[in-house]
Amino acid sequence: MRSNLRIIIGYIVAFALIVVFWALASWLIKSPALPLPWDAIEQFFVTLPDTFSHILISLWRVIAAMVLGTVLGLPLGLYIGRSERADVLAAPLLYLLYPIPKVVFLPILMVLLGLGNAPKIILIAVVVFFQMLVTARGAAQAIAPESITSVRSLGASPLQIARHVVLPSSLPDIFTALRISIGTAIAVLFLSESIAGSTGIGYYIMNAWSRLDYVAMFAGIIAMGAMGVGLYEILNIIEYRVIRWKHITKR
Amino acid sequence: MNPREPHTLTSAIELDDVNYTYQGIERQTHALRDISFTIASGEPVAIIGPSGCGKTTILSLIAGLIAPDSGKVLVNGTSITGPRHHTSLILQDYGLLPWKTVIDNAALGLTLRGTTRAEARATALEALHTVGLEEFAKAYPNELSGGMRQRLALARALALEVDIMLMDEPLSALDALTREELQDVLLKLWQRQSYAQVLVTHSIEEAVFLGRTILLMTPRPGRIRTIIKNPSMGSSQYRQTAEFYEKCACLRKLLIEENGRARLAEIGQPYEDGDDEIALMMAGELVDA
Repeated sequence: MRSNLRIIIGYIVAFALIVVFWALASWLIKSPALPLPWDAIEQFFVTLPDTFSHILISLWRVIAAMVLGTVLGLPLGLYIGRSERADVLAAPLLYLLYPIPKVVFLPILMVLLGLGNAPKIILIAVVVFFQMLVTARGAAQAIAPESITSVRSLGASPLQIARHVVLPSSLPDIFTALRISIGTAIAVLFLSESIAGSTGIGYYIMNAWSRLDYVAMFAGIIAMGAMGVGLYEILNIIEYRVIRWKHITKR
Repeated sequence: MNPREPHTLTSAIELDDVNYTYQGIERQTHALRDISFTIASGEPVAIIGPSGCGKTTILSLIAGLIAPDSGKVLVNGTSITGPRHHTSLILQDYGLLPWKTVIDNAALGLTLRGTTRAEARATALEALHTVGLEEFAKAYPNELSGGMRQRLALARALALEVDIMLMDEPLSALDALTREELQDVLLKLWQRQSYAQVLVTHSIEEAVFLGRTILLMTPRPGRIRTIIKNPSMGSSQYRQTAEFYEKCACLRKLLIEENGRARLAEIGQPYEDGDDEIALMMAGELVDA
């Protein structure tokens, strides 16, 4: 069972550990490029009123992109995974396109969509889409044939099989994919924000760097970490509600 | 002799000269050859035989999951073209969905038919009550023991008011005592609901306890070897009667012969009457099963 107190204590201990190693590294390196953690933490809170809007816009981009990528990739992946005929074409397409770093499409997206939210959201959505597609396809292929047979013998239509068997049985894998996607999404977000535009936490970090304001830069990095924690915890709450059956053990 | 009560749901199953071949990647397997038999409405039938004799294929055909290569599968005189709502197939692993609660699993058949949620749940709860699982309605299948899961699979079929109950080794994963207990449950339910029942099993006692007609099958290709009549099935305390033991002994002997014949055929030798002892030795594992 998840207990909120344990989660909070876990975060406090983890944070303390990071601060200790960070401080040690900072003392050893003695370079302005790696400021002391408390200076960066102080800066983070001092500039929070300014950075808050950057955090919000970045969060919006990541969440919108993840929703978009999932809504498109999940059903398509499940379908490909269940249909051998569709897989004949989809599998080679996937193997050709999946390994290409989608970031290479950023220039063309910027030409087409400008410097605002759209190219960033779409780029991240494409990354999430492919990760979701690959995972959903695999999860759908791994479904126990007995589950399908038993529901089919009750007279279920293909749509009912999708709803009662294929989707729910794939959900645990889907949440793992989402968790992995959060990491990649934030990485791509940073890149796209640092290349174009003047908003978002990625821009904030790159801007501080170019001014050689390392303390501000690390305050931005802390903000990015906090953003990740928020996203992971939102995902955990959703997961706990959606796949309760996974958290139950045998009597 | 027949303690069944009058019933309203009836259905007859007829297989007429059915052939079925599995297309494998390397080779094809002739699973069924020229299978013909009839099951009267409300008749309990057990199918027993060595592995690979096509027992499960027969269930899949009756359930409408597969179509025969040639021949006809009829239910109530009409050819079946797909799964029908009043047939229930219970698989070895019970086919429960781990992501649905016990009551939602029991209500699944009704939900698929488009029954309203409240109505489906009410009927499902009644079925759970029949099998003694009422208090676990909100649990998940993973929280249940093997015997309880089996009961849940039964409740799902009961909620549907089936007239044909197909079971593929439904009790094989249970320990001996739970198994006997559930055999009693199966018997009681059949006596109450009187659906036509086709039970595929590896257990000789189970076949004799639950089959008024016992089909003994032979593999490669799957054919019906013998049909054994077992008219006293369902009588009270049948397990303790001399007749029960006799039937079991008779069935055991036939199975041993059958298995020996199959093994000898595998190594390319014809089977002769004097080969009983070899057959016995070779079939040792089956008798233990």
